[in-house]
Order: sequence, then C-alpha cells, then structure tokens
Amino acid sequence: MANGVLVFAEQRDGVFRGPAFEALTQGRRLAGQLGTDLSAAVLGSGIAGTVEVLKEYGVDAVFVADSEHLARYTTEGYADVFSKIVREKNPSIVLMPASSLGRDLAPRVAAHLETGLITECTALEISDGRLLGTRPVYAGKALIKTFVKTDPQMATLRPKVFSAETISESKETHVEQVDVTTGAERIRAKVIEFQSSGGDRPELTEADIIVSGGRGMGNADSFNVIEDLADALGAAVGASRSAVDAGWRPHPDQVGQTGKTVSPSLYIACGISGAIQHLAGMSSSKYIVAINKNPDAPIFKVATYGIVGDLFEVVPALTEEVKKLQAA
Amino acid sequence: MNIVVCMKQVPDTETRIKIGSDGRSIDPADVEWIVNPYDEYAVEEALQMKERTGAGEVVVVSVGNERATTAIRSCLAMGADRGILLKTEHPFGDTFSIAEALANLLKEMEFDVLLFGKQAVDDDNAQVAQLVAHMLDLPCVTVVTKLEIEGSTAKAHREVEGGTEIVETSLPSVFAAEKDLNQPRYASLKGIMTAKKKQIEEKETQLGHFKIEVIEMLKPPPRPEGRIVGEGREAVPELMQLLKNEANVI
Repeated sequence: MANGVLVFAEQRDGVFRGPAFEALTQGRRLAGQLGTDLSAAVLGSGIAGTVEVLKEYGVDAVFVADSEHLARYTTEGYADVFSKIVREKNPSIVLMPASSLGRDLAPRVAAHLETGLITECTALEISDGRLLGTRPVYAGKALIKTFVKTDPQMATLRPKVFSAETISESKETHVEQVDVTTGAERIRAKVIEFQSSGGDRPELTEADIIVSGGRGMGNADSFNVIEDLADALGAAVGASRSAVDAGWRPHPDQVGQTGKTVSPSLYIACGISGAIQHLAGMSSSKYIVAINKNPDAPIFKVATYGIVGDLFEVVPALTEEVKKLQAA
Repeated sequence: MNIVVCMKQVPDTETRIKIGSDGRSIDPADVEWIVNPYDEYAVEEALQMKERTGAGEVVVVSVGNERATTAIRSCLAMGADRGILLKTEHPFGDTFSIAEALANLLKEMEFDVLLFGKQAVDDDNAQVAQLVAHMLDLPCVTVVTKLEIEGSTAKAHREVEGGTEIVETSLPSVFAAEKDLNQPRYASLKGIMTAKKKQIEEKETQLGHFKIEVIEMLKPPPRPEGRIVGEGREAVPELMQLLKNEANVI
C-alpha cells in the first residue's frame, strides 16, 4: 500500500531553491498528520555532498539520483528517473514546487504514473486520510478544493505562499543512491544553451518585495524611479499588462492573469489602476501599497496602505526614506 | 508542414466570476467566451510556420460543448484550415481525461508540430500539453517564447527563473506557447467570411478516467479593509513607519 510523503527537492548547480524548502516543510507537516515518513528525491550530477542541508528539514530519507545526464534539467530525463523513484518507493503523496522546472516536470511525471495532479496549491490539508489541495482558478478570482482520486496523490506548491522552516532537533536521515545508469539515450529535447537575463534583482515569483509600475508610468524611461526603489529595497520589478503591452517592460515582468501570479510579503503598485486582470495576479500578497493619482482607482480597494498622489513625487521620496532607514 | 493546435474556449479575462449553483464550478450566465489567450499565440505561430513553408495545413482541435465551435470559428477566421471539436458536456474538465481524449484523436493524425497555449486561463492547470506529449511519446517544450524550425529540428526558447533556456528537439514535437511568442493577427473581414465555409468536424466524446475530484469552488477571502495613509510625499514618513512597525516588512 502506498505510504509516506515524497518531496522533489529541486536544485540547480548544487544549490537548493527556496520552493524546495517550502515543499519539504509542508511535506513534514502532512507526514506528521498521517503518522508517516517524509522523504526527498534529489536529481542532478555531482550532488552527493549537497544533500546535507535537507536534514535540517526533518527528512527521514533522501534518494539521490546522481548522473551526468541529469546535470542539466530535461523534461524527459527527469521525468523518467523521478517516476522510477516514485514507483519504487510507492509514496501516497508526492509534492513538487511549482517553479519553472516543477511546472514543466510534474504533469509529465503524473502522465508516467497515470495519476492525478493538483497544480499551484496555496493550501494543503489532510481530510479523511486523503490530500485536499486548495488552488486558485481564473487567476485567483476563485479557489477550488480538490482531491486526487488515484495514488500517488500529486501536488505542486505555489512558491512564496508557504514558509520554509527547519527543525531544531537533529534527526537520523537515511541517504540512498538510486541507480540511474540508463535513460540518457531516450532524451530528445535538450537544453543547448542558457541565456542569463542578467541583473542582480531577485526573481519576480521568488521575491519578498515587488515594486510594480503601470500605465501611470507614461513611458519606458520613467521606470527608473521604480528600479531605484526596487534596488533600495532589494526588490524585484514588476509591471501591469498595459505597461508591457506598451513596450515599456518585457513580458517576463508582467504581473496578472496573462503574466505571473505573485505572493510577496510586500507589493508596491505605482501608477497601477487595478484592473481585474492585474488584481488577479497580486492580491494574495501579504501587504499591498498603492500609489496613484486617482483616489477612486480600484487598486485602493485591495491596498493595505494607500497614498493618493503623483508617483513621480511619492516614489523618489519613499526611496530616500528607505535609504535613510538603511543608513541609520 | 502539418500543424495541429489544441485550443480551449475560456471566459474573457475581464469576466467577474460567479460561483454556480452546484458550488463546484462557475455560473456560465453572462460570461463572454473567448479563445484562450495563450492558444491564440499557438494559432498565430502555426499560421506563420505554414506561411514560411508554403505547404501543409493548420488544424485546430478543441474539447468542449457546442459553444466551443465559435472559438474554433475565430481560429479559422485567423487563417486555420479546419477544425475538430471533441464534443462533451462535462463542465469543468479533468486534465488527464481531456489529455486522453486529445491523444486518442491525435494518434490517428499526421503532424510535424503540435501546439498548445502554456495554460488555459480558466482552470490554470498548465498540464494538458505535457500529458498529451507523454501519451503520444513525444518531446515537449513548455513556456515557449521563440520557436525556430529547420528541417526536422526545432529550437525553442523557454522562459525560466533568471533567464532563457534554448531547447533543441527533433520533430514531431509538442510546444506550449507563452505570451511573447508572437503578436496574434486580427481576423480580416475576408478571413471571417471564408471561415464560415471551412469545415468543423464534431465528434461525440466520452471523457473517462477522472483522476481528480473538485469538491468545492469558493470566492477568495476578502482582503482586510485598507486605508489611505495620506496625500502626496507628505504621507511618505507615515507609510514608512507603518511598513516598519505595523507590517514589519522592511
């Protein structure tokens, strides 16, 4: 019988990413409720020494698939190996981060295993012994609660929604190497090049703070006031659809229904009126600040704190205050 | 070059969502239905591929009820050659069963490229392209922002955290379109007129093998009442104080 919670612990170049720790923390909680074990699977190349950090998240076992053909992510290669691990270990729940990699990989794994998958969960609970996932639909205009009827029950977790918490006591962790000697020859789609987008700003979906600009920015150049504030706060820069459609910002910066859905601790919306399309992508932020000339702008309905005024006066003043605070 | 595009009809992104009387899906009254925006990029890409090679056909496939023919018709008006509707009355799909229905049809068809949008903006699952790819044993590249085809090889740009992956794959292959891929054309008047004569084949379809069960749909909890801190730059010090001492976020 299927038993246990298995988490796909995503790493890139030997470094585990935040969403992996968030998934492990939830995995630990669910395993505790079910009175079962938490395990993690790690795929990569030359990664044996990196799994130590997973012990801090209370895993009972780590399954390591270490092979040259797993050095770079490929959908087919990772799906083959991870599905094999799931089949062998037979967990009842499989959790993966809804990162770029997880979003690409999880459905392919679900197809391998002929099981159901709940993507982009924002809450997970156990109900009658089964996993019940809550996820936004219609870009967050509604939520659905969903069971997976088959085993294993798969779910991906939206980044930044869950916290990552280590355990204080030390725990015995069993580390096991998984046989991955074959499979490379079956991979047809391969990454031949990676182009870094450059810049030191955090990733939009992983950022704690996001400063976004909208139609009120007026042109591409004026986004420098947004960038200045973002850099003072160590924040990511976002944009509304109208700013992206006007060509002021690239599409990867777009927040909203046809862009990214984000859940930072603080979202600062500058010159954004708050079209339903945009609100869908950011209204799960913990705190929202709105700066807008129009006191009737819908963005003020969702904002925790609002300032009515010209963003070109308010935003630079805010940047100065942040810098002053940091210098103090 | 033969290209198949899988398309879904979805509520317009401006639609205000009302929960239906079953408590598990939306109330379809007053909803304006459109071609899923990401699927429009897929259709546009297919048309451009066909125009470049000067041969082959673009077929649009959809799973849905009778109403979905209007969305297929919109794609035909853009320039697609014909449409197929896998007709089912099931209101809120199960990704696995939908992928199975598509795969069953597609394995009888010949194509070089199979295109999807990266996700449908209604249920936001972002699963069907990968599921179908696996069921047909094809490679799949998702979140594609640029696609170059040369002979039987494709290079796809894929947006990930911190940059772009360039993925090379052999054809036939599955690709799921992201917004940046192209600029979808508007249907011309001539396109709309010709589309009326193009064929849409309807196939009654039973969805099976449901893997998930939606037990409830609900509105997101309302955000707590916010407040206007003040006007203009004079309000900035108080905002700072609130962010630092009340919200503890900076």
